Amino acid sequence: MVSCHRVLQELSNYLDEDIDPDLRAAIDEHLRGCHRCSVLVDSTRKMLYIVGDERTFEIPGGYSERVHQRLTEYFAKH
Amino acid sequence: MQESQIESAESALIERIRKGENDLFYALIQPYERSVYLTAYAVLRNPDDAEDAAQEALLKAFAHLDQLRSNEKFKGWLLLIALNEARQRRRRDRQHLYESLDAEPIETEDGDFTPQQFADWREVPSETLERKEIRASVRRALESLKLKYREVFVLRDMQHLSMADTAQVLGISVPLVKIHLHRARLQMREQLTPMFGKRWIERLPFFKGKKPW
Repeated sequence: MVSCHRVLQELSNYLDEDIDPDLRAAIDEHLRGCHRCSVLVDSTRKMLYIVGDERTFEIPGGYSERVHQRLTEYFAKH
Repeated sequence: MQESQIESAESALIERIRKGENDLFYALIQPYERSVYLTAYAVLRNPDDAEDAAQEALLKAFAHLDQLRSNEKFKGWLLLIALNEARQRRRRDRQHLYESLDAEPIETEDGDFTPQQFADWREVPSETLERKEIRASVRRALESLKLKYREVFVLRDMQHLSMADTAQVLGISVPLVKIHLHRARLQMREQLTPMFGKRWIERLPFFKGKKPW
């Protein structure tokens, strides 16, 4: 059985599935009985989903056009 | 397209650009324009500065395209140019001198981190991602991270670079990427829980239509 502290330490590796299968199974077992740790895992997973979605972080409008403009000017001079 | 196919298509483009077909450079960078901006933003935390650095980095990439080695991935090489450009500006503008003022207070000196927020998160339907409030919260949370955490987080969790590529662009080891990423994720979750967490009142039994009196 793993402790809450161990779950916290391994959280990131657990979510990346970069973890030894035995430890993973022990953490799964812990999560079934520990509300706080399962909230921690679930909310971190949702956070990753949100920030990984391109719509969450917008780049400034017209950025691509301005990049092209700069390049076009640069090509004309070189 | 698989990664290897993308890479060989890129090599072909790069060859032709080196021989003088400048216009093909637009196509070469198009898939990475956003990544270049985000990488610069991770360092500078300011949209105007990030865009300036991103534009400059893309010009430099064109000017130095002959320095890209044949065994080097274009994306990693390009992001490294963006990172260096942004870091140079950061040093020049001395912006980091102000950063310690709003550094996160929840980390102790030896790096131990204890989560404080334990509210359940709501389901986050994709439509709500359109909401300005969510975007603003994510941006604030991101800006509150220390630079070393923000860089890793933006490359790995926002741009989905592999551990190895993240390590290579930042010039640090994979184990260090993992340590920084872990810390960054915990802090992002912590900062965003007040926004995404269910309010305690919604979890009280009488809130679901039954009055206890």
